Amino acid sequence: MAFDVSERDVGADSLTAIKILVAGGFGAGKTTLVGSVSEIKPLRTEETLSERSELVDSLHGVEQKSTTTVAMDFGRITIRKDLVVYLFGTPGQQRFWFMWDDLAYGALGAVVMADERRLADCFPSVDYFEAKGIPFVVAVNCFDGMRRHSLEAISQALNLTADVPVIACDARRRESSRDVLVALAQHAIARHHGRRAA
Amino acid sequence: MQPFDPEWLDQEAGPVVRPYALTGGLTRPTGQRFDLLDMVGVVRRATQDKQQLAPEQAEVLERCQIPAPLIDLAADLDLPVGVIRILVSDLRERGLVAIHRAQPVGFGDLKILQEVVDGLRRI
Repeated sequence: MAFDVSERDVGADSLTAIKILVAGGFGAGKTTLVGSVSEIKPLRTEETLSERSELVDSLHGVEQKSTTTVAMDFGRITIRKDLVVYLFGTPGQQRFWFMWDDLAYGALGAVVMADERRLADCFPSVDYFEAKGIPFVVAVNCFDGMRRHSLEAISQALNLTADVPVIACDARRRESSRDVLVALAQHAIARHHGRRAA
Repeated sequence: MQPFDPEWLDQEAGPVVRPYALTGGLTRPTGQRFDLLDMVGVVRRATQDKQQLAPEQAEVLERCQIPAPLIDLAADLDLPVGVIRILVSDLRERGLVAIHRAQPVGFGDLKILQEVVDGLRRI
């Protein structure tokens, strides 16, 4: 169906929506980060995600499609009237892995929130974004302002390639969370150049 | 019958109406599935009588006079995403709205990425 817009509409293409995912283990600060930079009260929503099997859609009335409902945090940053960043805080558990494709579709990149005390919690997210070739940064949430390990050590522990930025942040602070997003966008640009050079 | 006890029906009580009451009993969307960032816009020449719409559907129509992403409808109208999906798919079946697939910007568009960097720095 053609998109039919009225004259006073500026058209569907006038809004460029940027999707950024915020992943990581339970309690790593995903909700806090989304909340500190979002211009709207973050929406805690539930989304039904389906296993990516479009074929099943055509089997009318056959209820074999597996779906699950996950809680998601949603935030919004309007950069310009026609350029809006959407943040999706997504569950990091590995059991949701196969459903992330819905969320990751078209994403600019991802922030993986890490809690130093439970670094292993972000392995699934790191694995996923690496496998999908989606640019990501790791944000080490320093709850108490203290860092136990150097960022380098964390990068090694997560077995990251050298180009993946690891940043310390305080997700409660707006500027700090913003800096994480800026680092992600810059990393995406660097990746872009890297690909062209390759 | 006792009148409602205000003690149980304050702001903290949350919604007292079950979601399916807002969707005419529908519990799942129909037709092609859409993404949270897909744009929903009103169809200009729609002739259907809008009087038959539920208030929430009328609100959705009003809100997407200028096309808006599905997730914005949920946020701005304060309705669960699942409910919005159903309301929108029903409106689409009635020919009142059209869905425009979101084109992924991804990380391929250098110009937009730079605008995002600059824009984020200003917030």
